[in-house]
Amino acid sequence: MLHRYPKRVAYLMLVLTALVATFPLWGEAVFGNQANFMLEKLTLMLILALFAMSLDLLVGIVGLVSLGHALFFGLGAYTLALASPDFRPASMWWMLPLVIGVSACVGLIVGLLVIRTKGIFFIMTTLAFGQMLYYFISTSQFAGGTDGVFIMFRPSLAVGDTLLVDLDDPYSFFYFCLVTLLAGYLFLRWLTRSYFGQVLDGIHDNEHRMQALGYATSGYKLIAFVIAGVMASIAGMLAAMQYGFANPAQLGWHTSGEVLMMLILGGMGTIFGPILGAFAYEILLFVYEHATRHWPILMGLTIIVAVLVLPRGVAGLMIAPPRARKRRTTANDAPEKATVSAQPVTQSKVD
Amino acid sequence: MDLAFFGVQLLNGLQYGLLLFLIASGLTLIFGIMGIINLAHGAMYMIGAYLVYDLTMRFGNFWLAILVAIPIAIALGLVIERLFLDTLYKRDHLYQVLLTFGLILVLNEAQRIIWGGDVHRVPVPAPFDASIQLTDNLQYSVYRLFVMGVCLVLAGVIYGVIRHTRLGIIIRAGAVNRDMVEGLGINVRTLFTLIFSVGVALTAFAGMIAAPLTSIAPGMGDSILITCFVVVVIGGIGSIKGAFWGAIIIGMATTFGAVLIPSLASMVIYLIMAAVLLVKPRGLFA
Amino acid sequence: MKNFKKTTLVAALGTTLTLSAMGLSANEDPVKLGLMLPYSGTYTALGEAITNGLKLAIEQEGGQLGGRDVEYVELDSEANPSKAPQNMSRLVNGDNVDFVIGPVHSGVAMGMLRVAKQTGAITIIPNAGLGAATNELCMPNVFRTSFSMWQVSYPMGKVAYEQGHRNIVTITWDYAGGKEDLAGFEEAFTAEGGDIVQQILVPFPSTEFQSYLTQIASLQPDAVYTFFAGGGGVSFVRDYVAAGLNERIPLLGSGFLTDGNLAALGDAGEGVMTTLHYAETLENDANRSFVAAYEDAYGEAPDTYAVQGYDTGMMLAQALNVLGGDTSDRDRLIDVLANVQLASPRGPMSFSDSHHPIQNVYLREIRDGKHEVVSIAAENLEVPDDACQM
Repeated sequence: MLHRYPKRVAYLMLVLTALVATFPLWGEAVFGNQANFMLEKLTLMLILALFAMSLDLLVGIVGLVSLGHALFFGLGAYTLALASPDFRPASMWWMLPLVIGVSACVGLIVGLLVIRTKGIFFIMTTLAFGQMLYYFISTSQFAGGTDGVFIMFRPSLAVGDTLLVDLDDPYSFFYFCLVTLLAGYLFLRWLTRSYFGQVLDGIHDNEHRMQALGYATSGYKLIAFVIAGVMASIAGMLAAMQYGFANPAQLGWHTSGEVLMMLILGGMGTIFGPILGAFAYEILLFVYEHATRHWPILMGLTIIVAVLVLPRGVAGLMIAPPRARKRRTTANDAPEKATVSAQPVTQSKVD
Repeated sequence: MDLAFFGVQLLNGLQYGLLLFLIASGLTLIFGIMGIINLAHGAMYMIGAYLVYDLTMRFGNFWLAILVAIPIAIALGLVIERLFLDTLYKRDHLYQVLLTFGLILVLNEAQRIIWGGDVHRVPVPAPFDASIQLTDNLQYSVYRLFVMGVCLVLAGVIYGVIRHTRLGIIIRAGAVNRDMVEGLGINVRTLFTLIFSVGVALTAFAGMIAAPLTSIAPGMGDSILITCFVVVVIGGIGSIKGAFWGAIIIGMATTFGAVLIPSLASMVIYLIMAAVLLVKPRGLFA
Repeated sequence: MKNFKKTTLVAALGTTLTLSAMGLSANEDPVKLGLMLPYSGTYTALGEAITNGLKLAIEQEGGQLGGRDVEYVELDSEANPSKAPQNMSRLVNGDNVDFVIGPVHSGVAMGMLRVAKQTGAITIIPNAGLGAATNELCMPNVFRTSFSMWQVSYPMGKVAYEQGHRNIVTITWDYAGGKEDLAGFEEAFTAEGGDIVQQILVPFPSTEFQSYLTQIASLQPDAVYTFFAGGGGVSFVRDYVAAGLNERIPLLGSGFLTDGNLAALGDAGEGVMTTLHYAETLENDANRSFVAAYEDAYGEAPDTYAVQGYDTGMMLAQALNVLGGDTSDRDRLIDVLANVQLASPRGPMSFSDSHHPIQNVYLREIRDGKHEVVSIAAENLEVPDDACQM
């Protein structure tokens, strides 16, 4: 099943990407002396977008709802923190592979234990593993405990003595994150359109059928789990790099819940939806926090409304605007899944 | 640890486990029968505690407060079920997780708006505000014994209803195959509303009777939530017997783990859960 | 200064013009205070108490600091350390506050310090007690008006020994703050010759204490020293009393066990002895008027968190009055702040070289639901802060 989106979606996304990529040019004109701060915010949103996108592979594409994805996010942050030498920057040439390697290993081990479970059990076991790592880090001496740990120097990207990219410069770091995000997006896009991706789609649709067809579905799910974990770890590493700080709170279930919220706001199964979701979540948070001390009520209500009224998120709006939807029938076949399929208007039975 | 203290720790584990069972029973019913994951379950526990605090301050009588608080909790359950959960029955678990996560945010903040951020307490009610001497320098609150008794009685009642009444048969059937039950002409809609309200009431009631034993503070629902889920997963979803034994296991593991392996104490319940799922992926009594 | 990729002459010129125009009117602009405190979650009460104290102090100055109006920017820290750096950055870079006041939670403080280091923003910590903030991680632009875990628990060590206790069990949550607190007490107590029978670490933030109380009973120590705070403090004390342990084994602790919790403790708190840098019954002029004013304004008795907020306001007021409201010279501002001396409700207060309060620590006992001051456990205690290189 290929994912065909209307052309306008591609145009919209390209325009948004161009806007973001050219921020240094128009940022000052719009934000004045707050431009640097906005750049920082934008960088954070890019990192969270990567995080959310990685979860979409699990939740949107394969249909595995993980409530412990923050495990990998924090893992990336802590790998960076603990492997960074105290007095000089680490080299990205070995830091990035280290983060990928560590998260792949952890993903494999956790995945082997977790993939056996389905549905609610999968949710619970992922939650449990997230909590385990959270407590392990919180109570440890070597990892700084609940106070967290500093990363004194951002890793450097250099060949020999020449600096390829100065990651300490906020603009370079911004572009580094943007490029990483785009690379991640293109990778996932390629993955979901490949044979592997189609198998995942089939598993999401009906796992028994795929098994009957002879596929080793557990293996496919495990690989997807590991890939999602590695991408989330990279996002975690970037997040730790941005502020030079790693803390167990990045591993907690509240963080896992927040990234799920980004998915619903943005639209699951679309790969680009979570990017929009991350931006939407951060913008909403910013607005709500400035509006009132009781902002959690606003955020909670937003999520509730999103689930009830806008389950396909912003991406869903872009793909199938409400006007077009009314003209089509509400098909009653497969039970709910969140992917946008070739028939983008399969609604729930109770609509 | 000598025999006397071993016995006391056994008592501690039992009391904690029984209270956990009360909270978990609501969760497992809701999940087993309705297929709804309710992350806001911990918030219900918190609401029960705050309600009883508020009403005890108003009436000056703990027991009266409970009597009034229970219908309020049931009403709240009804409202939430009709308003929000109605559309979620046939939907993906993800939406339930998200919606109830949003509910947690709303309920927690509502609590802060209504009752503020301070720590409160509910005095242990007469006639249970005495302590009995267990050992030379250790006493045990009679109220805790009372709580254990209540939990055991309720466990018996729930078990009796599930096993020996028509409603119980419908519930058990609904947990196995909802559509078939509907096909048999039973009004599943009303059943669901009933189950959810009962589940919420059980949890809120747990919060009410636990109130004199803990401090009433913001966020008290969050910590109990995760433990509860672990209990339900270990015991098997939809199984009251599973919730009971799962809770006892967790209660004992936490209590003994705290004193025997303190360095692993915070992770012990998750390790147990992982172990159970490795051997029996659907829980002990699925 | 950060580099701009595009620095045309016009932009540079425009910026310079704007800045100089701003400099001219510097004294008319309001002083922006960025409050990074928890307004949701378990620590809400502390965040609100600090805010109340701070605003009371400034209102007593006519709502002005150094002749300039005051503008508050309140940001909910949620006591969430992972959001700390971005939240601090928002206050400093986004809202352009003059001073950042916060946080409550030590993990959040760590995140804030990171940004404080990078931006040089003047930060006043009105609570977080992690020692490193004014020790290993100290910096000129960071001040603290509260305490450190060590500072409050260390004096109790000597007190415990002098009370005749020789074998003590210590218990707290397994997290950085709790462990730091215990370390201070244990350092002093063992130096006197006492013995720590067992150190019990409870998973954070569990409030299921029954198994630990049973364990304490079986160990039969002379006394128990503990650190818990907030709801956990109330639960522990009440459970301790319900288990009858307080009859044979006195309960000692640092003041957070009971401060802010008196109403919730009820009778259970009677006789509990704690050390803290404040007690609401302190008999000095500043405290008498402060307590009256606070009760008048907010309808409840103040606690140490309120005082910490109040002293932050007083500190700013004193500094800005000396400077006539001129905050443009940062080095001078820091210098003035460092030399502030307050007749605080908690007693005389000044700052050490590491910008940490030099203050009294009092031994208090709860009698009739109030913290009665038994003695001054340590007078003008200055935290050594050997690792601070400023």
